[in-house]
Amino acid sequence: MNAPKATVLDNLDEVRSMIRRHRLNDYIFSIIGLLCMMIGVLTLLFLFVNLVIDGYPRFTSEFFTSFPSRRAEEAGILSAWVGTMLVMLVTVVTAVPLGVSAGIYLEEYAPKNWLSNMIEVNVTNLAGVPSIVYGLLALGLFVYMLDFGQSILSAGLTLALLILPVVIVATREAIRSIPVSIREAAYAVGATKWQVVSDHILRYSFGGILTGVIIGMARAIGETAPVITIGALTFIAFLPPTPLQEAPPYFNFDWLFSSFTVLPIQMFNWLSRPNPDFHANAAAAGVVIIVATLLMNGLAIWLRYRIRRHIQW
Amino acid sequence: MDGLQLTLNRDMTTMQAHHHAIKAEARDLSFYYNGGHMALKNITLPVYDKRITALIGPSGCGKSTFLRCFNRMHDLYPGNRYEGRIVMHPDNTNILEPTVDPIEVRMRISMVFQKPNPFPKSIYENVAYGLRVRGERNKRTIDNKVEEALRDAAIWDEVKDRLNEVAFNLSGGQQQRLCIARALATDPEIMLFDEPTSALDPIATASIEELMSELKEKVTILIVTHNMQQAARISDFTAYMYLGELIEFDDTDTMFTKPSRKETEDYITGKFG
Repeated sequence: MNAPKATVLDNLDEVRSMIRRHRLNDYIFSIIGLLCMMIGVLTLLFLFVNLVIDGYPRFTSEFFTSFPSRRAEEAGILSAWVGTMLVMLVTVVTAVPLGVSAGIYLEEYAPKNWLSNMIEVNVTNLAGVPSIVYGLLALGLFVYMLDFGQSILSAGLTLALLILPVVIVATREAIRSIPVSIREAAYAVGATKWQVVSDHILRYSFGGILTGVIIGMARAIGETAPVITIGALTFIAFLPPTPLQEAPPYFNFDWLFSSFTVLPIQMFNWLSRPNPDFHANAAAAGVVIIVATLLMNGLAIWLRYRIRRHIQW
Repeated sequence: MDGLQLTLNRDMTTMQAHHHAIKAEARDLSFYYNGGHMALKNITLPVYDKRITALIGPSGCGKSTFLRCFNRMHDLYPGNRYEGRIVMHPDNTNILEPTVDPIEVRMRISMVFQKPNPFPKSIYENVAYGLRVRGERNKRTIDNKVEEALRDAAIWDEVKDRLNEVAFNLSGGQQQRLCIARALATDPEIMLFDEPTSALDPIATASIEELMSELKEKVTILIVTHNMQQAARISDFTAYMYLGELIEFDDTDTMFTKPSRKETEDYITGKFG
């Protein structure tokens, strides 16, 4: 850069060897990066394959349709997966309306001042609170104070609290990705804030919100600590009362107050037994949880792709 | 300042001579952005009924800020403050009055933006949205209004067979005409255009300009443009703004042939800007 005489043409060889050196750095880093990535991915893959091999003898239809048992070969995860489904149902029904509404409020309605900034920082921090702390909170609040007992309702509400920050953050990010110009276009034709939110914001951010909800659920489905804290049982040889009945009003909510177990707890229970036969059951239950999580994440990616394909800014 | 006053006075007399009715007028309008920056300084300007008024001036002169006062767009962001008035005729409503709901203002004054911004909905729903916001439920009424607006926006023939397609499939120029149809469907008294052709190619620009000239039969138009030739081609009146002030306002022919202020002449002849 000091004098015009030093053009590339004049010292072509020097420039070429410099470029070679720089290229080498490129190459070296790509190798290091690949190794780092492989360590993570391969470890997970190894664990998963290991689980599949260990649990392989239990992959029968009876495994999904049997209650736990004292004999490892006869023990199944029926009560656990039904419990997981019902707990997740309570979680979704609670966390989605609360989280989405809170996200919309923070993004669209809340005045921007120090208070809303504080709330914002705290919501983000809540996502990092250890889940056992939520368990303790829920034990005091839901189980004892509100007297919901050690029930599906308590567990669902606890996990809902746990994923609430995830849903709120996902909602806000989805809303923020809508361009200002679309928002202004809606206001300019005379829409009120609520009309803008319900006719536009919610619809265009639906894909992003859904993705956040599913990812939150994928986290909740594997949570063990808070569910143990509020007292999920480890040996449940019955199903909760069915939500549907033959007599009017055809549905009931007794199941909400039933005791329950969930997949990760069933797995934990089998793992802590001395009899190694049960470890195969634990591995099989682990595979079920991982596959469920993968399916949910896959669904989230697919839905995001499907929905965003039609919306381009 | 004296010069400005003189220009305006002369114009008021021109106006009376030509019997142009005034649709709206800004009186001593100042505007402060959040943080206190004074973006508009004591602007007084008439907007003539069923005429096109163009706002020109270099970037940052406040012409878009001024335009966005007319539909209270600044209310969407906290901390912005208006001073002075914008009075609508014949009802003499000061639309900047805090007691006047901005929604009411936007129902009377519609807007077309710089970049085409159709909703990610069907062509039909884009145009119908303004009617739906007004509580219109009758399918027949909406159908008729949508067709009328699309015809007025000169896009009916191109879209009549695919009203249910997503608006994003249209070209840029078609999208902007769709946005014009959306702004027309609600029978506004005034339409605001904020540099409506700056994102379009010359052919699409020509069609939008032609469209605006036709629209002024029906509606009063206020347009911001950075393109002086555009102002000269389509507008009846032109206002030149600089640094938040209105430097000169006159009918377009006078403005571009014998402007009374040196600054206007310098800008129009391309000495700066």
